[in-house]
Amino acid sequence: MYRMIRFIALPLLVLLLLAACGAAGEPTGAGGQDSPATAASTSANAPSAAAESSITASAVASASAGGAAASTGGTTTSGAATTAGGSATFGTQPINIMAPAAPGGGWDQTARAVQPGLAAATNQNVQVYNVPGAGGTVGLAQFVNDHRGNPNQLMMTGLVMVGAIQTNNAPVDLTQATPLATLTTEWEAIVVPTNSKYQNLKELMDDFKANPSAISWGGGSAGSTDHVLVGLLAKEVGADPSKINYIAHSGGGEALSAILSGAVSAGVSGLNEVRDQVQAGQLRLLGVSSDERLEGLDAPTVTEAGYNVTLPNWRGIVAPPDISAEERAAMIAALERMHETPEWQQALEKNGWNDFFRTGDEFTSFLQEETTRLQTVLRDIGLVQ
Amino acid sequence: MDVWNSLLNGFATALSPEYLLLAAIGVTLGTLVGVLPGIGPALTVALLLPITYNFDPTGAFIMFAGIYYGGMYGGSTTSILLNTPGESASVATTIEGFAMAKAGRGGAALATSAIGSFVAGTISTIAITFVAPAVAQLALLFQPADYFALTVLAFVSVTALVGRSLLRGMLSLFVGLFVGLVGIDVLSGQTRFTFGVRELLDGLDIVVVAVGLFAVGEALYVASRMRYAAEEIVGVKGSVWMTRDEWRRSWKPWLRGTLIGFPLGSLPAGGAEIPTFLSYSLEKRLSKHKEEFGRGAIEGVAGPEAANNAAFSGVLVPLLTLGIPTSATAAILLVAFQIYNLQPGPLLFQNAPDLVWALIASLYIGNVMLLVLNLPLVRIWIKLLEIPRPLLYSSILVFATLGVYSLANSVIDVLIMYGIGLVGFFMRRYDFPVGPTVLGVILVPLMEAQFRRALSISQGDLTIFLRRPISLTILLLAVAAVLLPYVPALIARLRGKKRTEGRFVFGSGSED
Repeated sequence: MYRMIRFIALPLLVLLLLAACGAAGEPTGAGGQDSPATAASTSANAPSAAAESSITASAVASASAGGAAASTGGTTTSGAATTAGGSATFGTQPINIMAPAAPGGGWDQTARAVQPGLAAATNQNVQVYNVPGAGGTVGLAQFVNDHRGNPNQLMMTGLVMVGAIQTNNAPVDLTQATPLATLTTEWEAIVVPTNSKYQNLKELMDDFKANPSAISWGGGSAGSTDHVLVGLLAKEVGADPSKINYIAHSGGGEALSAILSGAVSAGVSGLNEVRDQVQAGQLRLLGVSSDERLEGLDAPTVTEAGYNVTLPNWRGIVAPPDISAEERAAMIAALERMHETPEWQQALEKNGWNDFFRTGDEFTSFLQEETTRLQTVLRDIGLVQ
Repeated sequence: MDVWNSLLNGFATALSPEYLLLAAIGVTLGTLVGVLPGIGPALTVALLLPITYNFDPTGAFIMFAGIYYGGMYGGSTTSILLNTPGESASVATTIEGFAMAKAGRGGAALATSAIGSFVAGTISTIAITFVAPAVAQLALLFQPADYFALTVLAFVSVTALVGRSLLRGMLSLFVGLFVGLVGIDVLSGQTRFTFGVRELLDGLDIVVVAVGLFAVGEALYVASRMRYAAEEIVGVKGSVWMTRDEWRRSWKPWLRGTLIGFPLGSLPAGGAEIPTFLSYSLEKRLSKHKEEFGRGAIEGVAGPEAANNAAFSGVLVPLLTLGIPTSATAAILLVAFQIYNLQPGPLLFQNAPDLVWALIASLYIGNVMLLVLNLPLVRIWIKLLEIPRPLLYSSILVFATLGVYSLANSVIDVLIMYGIGLVGFFMRRYDFPVGPTVLGVILVPLMEAQFRRALSISQGDLTIFLRRPISLTILLLAVAAVLLPYVPALIARLRGKKRTEGRFVFGSGSED
């Protein structure tokens, strides 16, 4: 009897697992444009890249341009894996984008929004994989070490990573990667529950200045964009940043419920995460970290309220180290074409992102400025020695 | 009535053949991924997110809801039969469930968990339909001090988990407390016990710990015993189904589990694990068959299973009404909403009533489907026990490895899982209970963070825990839960009678 069950149950379980992993869908090798080198390549990182790509394979199928994602069967020789310092040139092989965070986060969403546009711009198969952990620094370390010189590997980055590199004292930093382009910004919002005594930003900041530790700020993790904004505000009003009473939360949901429950005096959050609560009259929007007043939003900017602070939560895209100038130019050109695609423009609108497209050296110097600015704030807050 | 109209409209939508098919696919897929250790509903929904580009929102959400519920139904199967919980919310089920399976009542355990899940799922779906806004207000009342009190109450349930030896139970708990502290401290951003390993910065995933302790530990243990003991096949004693007595003992735990699970699940930071442990310890306290606990008491399966399903429904309340995701799966669902340009939250019921009510209706339908799917499956699952052990456990190891790897595509996670599995093996070998370890891992990060948040907000004033009515009430409940079992003995002693029990120890039985 059990013999029969053995024959039925085990293959059944295997099938189920495959189905669950989405691996039953599409392995990653793309159609005719594959260079012969791809199939033969078995670098040290091949197994992990192959498995990663199997996870997002279903995403590829639905998003890649022109139905180029022909399945070739067999998941072991993934087109994703290319040897370090390989002979590949940009645009001749499938492109991988690492989202250095879990599915669903800002980097993941941005990477998946880039995917269709970039596929159209390069006529290549583009796939997204996730390496979550520690504000993106786990992914960064892997990216810089494993993909040196490979122009078909890209990674999302942003303000959060710049901060995390410093607070986590990461051994690898962004200067090692090759900056390509910034893509989006999102603005930060300062909110209080509707029944709070603070009617405007000035009242809140006056109390904050008088006794910094009496105001508790609810927001995301320590050293996050939310925390940085509070630090910048403290410096602006002349309060001691090391006295900030910042209550860190591990996720947006947790922070939002702390703000709504009135546990904290005020909350700092991405504008998009609180927009609905503001509209529904549960939260009062005291200020937005943008440089200009936003359309369709009845709230002043922080600058308008008299505090000279703007803070964009920007996201961008980088390539591995050791990319030649020609390759870099080709990649930037592809991103410029991606930027013009209707897919990308729609994604911007749908996600409430602001267009913030700065390429090449402009991005490099922007990155330097941001690194310095964050270093100072994080040191003032006491997160970085 | 307005709600009735909307609900009936929802049913009208959800009962169309296409959506029924999607619901069926969802619940089947959900049940299957629930069965596999390490692969939970969150991961499955995340992997399936791309299909939302091809479906209309209603269809996609009906399917996701099926996966979500199905995961909870399926999670109990391997816990009960193989001592390897599919997700952390079924750890509490494992304790009595596996004992029941060993005693030949695996079928009854599976049945009570399926029916309990159905009862809990249905009651809490009714609750979502009619009282969601009120329950959502509850979430807004809870502040850090209150959450801390809640974790204290949950901690008391460790006394029900320690088993025969207090010392061993506490050692096991402290292993869990230590593991729970690894990673970046949420409040200060400082790293603790990471030994320079970057992958440890975000702490150890509870799934990695649970799968390691249970699945790997159990596999190693079975492997180590194989040479000595003849392969013992646990057949089914008596009926495969529940007996009349088992029905009688199950229905109250189902209801109590639902009552604990739904409100706690709807609290941000409540999660589905805490209610299962609370339900387990409550059932142990209230049971007339205390001596059976640890050897397969059906109450210990019925309660936690109802609790985790109810908690899962509870999670939908803050998601739909406040836009607050309180679990990993809810966070992914939130993203799915955003893909369709819908923002869950206070305005969702106004902006997309059709979708919301179709979703709620599909929860009812999904529950019925799951019951219909799972009850016949009991007969098939039970046959798992007849697979020869070497084959069975080697495939469990394969699935555990794949599942844990797929969490974050991290080989280090897999190594950690095997390391923890080794610890689990020795704990089993030397008779340490593993339940307290899991409880420790789950509770310590919550408890510590909420305690420090509360103190930070009150600027160091400890009385905040006593000044807030919610916090005070829960703390008093916790004190009562610790002290009450000793009251009868104390009264007897005051009356000058001889103590009937031996020394006072936590849990039942005597200390080794």
